[in-house]
Amino acid sequence: MTQPGRNERILVRDIAHARAGDKGNTSNVNIWVYDPADFALLKRILTVERIKREFPQLMRGTVTRYEIEHLHGLNFVMQDALEGGVNASLNLDSHGKSWSYLLLGLELED
Amino acid sequence: MAERNRIYRIGTGAGFAADRLDPAVDLARRGKLDVMVLECLGERTVAFAHRDRLADPRRGYNHLLDRRMRALLPVCRASGTTVITNMGAANPRAAAERTREIARDLGISGLKIACIEGDDVSGLLSADQPFMDEPGTIASIDRKIVGMNAYLGADAIVPALDAGADVVIGGRLADPSMYLAPLMRHFRWKDSDALAAGTLVGHLMECGMQITGGYFADPGIKDVPDLAQCGYPIAEVSADGSAVITKLPETGGFVTEATVKEQLLYEVHDPKKYLTPDVTADFSRVEIKDHGNDRVQVSNAAGQTRPDHLKVTIGFDAGVLAEAGISYAGPSAGSRGRLAAEIIESRLKDTHGLKSVIRIDLIGARSLFATAGKVNIDSEDVRLHVATRTTNREDAELLLWEVEALLCCGPAGGGGFRGVITPAIMTKSVLIDRTIVHPTFEIFET
Repeated sequence: MTQPGRNERILVRDIAHARAGDKGNTSNVNIWVYDPADFALLKRILTVERIKREFPQLMRGTVTRYEIEHLHGLNFVMQDALEGGVNASLNLDSHGKSWSYLLLGLELED
Repeated sequence: MAERNRIYRIGTGAGFAADRLDPAVDLARRGKLDVMVLECLGERTVAFAHRDRLADPRRGYNHLLDRRMRALLPVCRASGTTVITNMGAANPRAAAERTREIARDLGISGLKIACIEGDDVSGLLSADQPFMDEPGTIASIDRKIVGMNAYLGADAIVPALDAGADVVIGGRLADPSMYLAPLMRHFRWKDSDALAAGTLVGHLMECGMQITGGYFADPGIKDVPDLAQCGYPIAEVSADGSAVITKLPETGGFVTEATVKEQLLYEVHDPKKYLTPDVTADFSRVEIKDHGNDRVQVSNAAGQTRPDHLKVTIGFDAGVLAEAGISYAGPSAGSRGRLAAEIIESRLKDTHGLKSVIRIDLIGARSLFATAGKVNIDSEDVRLHVATRTTNREDAELLLWEVEALLCCGPAGGGGFRGVITPAIMTKSVLIDRTIVHPTFEIFET
């Protein structure tokens, strides 16, 4: 059995998949665990407080988390998180399409 | 079994303004579809369409309309498939007239093209109307307003289908409503749960390949077969509102529980309250069953009364967007790129006194995630990218000039300057009382 390397980071990406979307200046990221057994872990480590703490400059607005228990998924709705929205932002990714990988790139710990 | 109880087949022929065409032709040819929907309008593309219409009153519809119609009309005619699209964008009448010309060129006679209008609500809104998600009112827009479009629902589309339209072209038709309308007609759906079921089908299908493996692949983690030949989705909808999402055999991509889940909440906020012009849909209890072989069944959407108001996108002139870039590679590329960024900031702000917001990215080191605070300083291949949005053309030109000047005046080894200035439209959203919005349709026949 392969042991994880000393420097190996275990990311949210290792247990879940996600997609980001935009409406105006509000971003949403839905995120789903591959294995239902990991859903409790995802809910524990991916909290509204964590997301605001990890990205304080970007997540200045209200962040809401919805839970879809029977499908083992979460939906994060992040207001004012698109630097103005698709027609106003100067970010190359003005839709915030890559925000899914902001969450997937977080480490699997609190 | 009565005709209206048979399974109804809807396919997607485009999920956004620049979506692929050849797989749509394949689907129209082999899919045995009742309806093909081409969804081609977003907050970004409706703004571009207004810009185009301002430049030329005969334009303002989807820039790929000619190519799509030329390729699809003969095939859809042969298979008896009705086409529904919002490719009319900011100018549905011009789009319908153009489609009639194309059909005539192709020798297709007796084709009924319905043009849906009434989404243009400029003149119906008062200046004190507040914005939906931010402070301010219409009166606070101090630039030229180029368009105000209400999201029209299935009730705007059904009368055109009743009149026997083979092609329905509108402007701001709401994405899922284009799928719901033919389903309502076929199954004679009226109650809110049925409307929610049809809205779920439309919501899952409206982004095309985002449910058949597109926008999903992550090599080594989420591998998708043959994305270069990905197939568009088909929904096989039953009278009870359940549907199987699938795709043609011998196309790339796949339909799985995971692809359906990612699309289920795409651009959805509260899963219990997905608002469309047709219904308040509850997707929170949707059941997903993966039957294998690219067949995934969805059911159990629920619905409540539709909203009393329609969402309106207001587009207004925002001057121009100026963007320019130059690249650095090799050892110390990152530090040379950062030095270039410092020089540009100093030149634009201190030397020239530019007042507009200037964004300076270093692609490869800090760009998409810059505001999120994530920086990669090890890259040996970075690109400085400088952008501003301004109503002053000279400032825009100055930005390009200063970035190009880095070729001689900047850090060592910079190359690959490019700069572009494009007209900018910005958008705001408001609500409008739906009782004062009156969609109409007119048939153009060949």
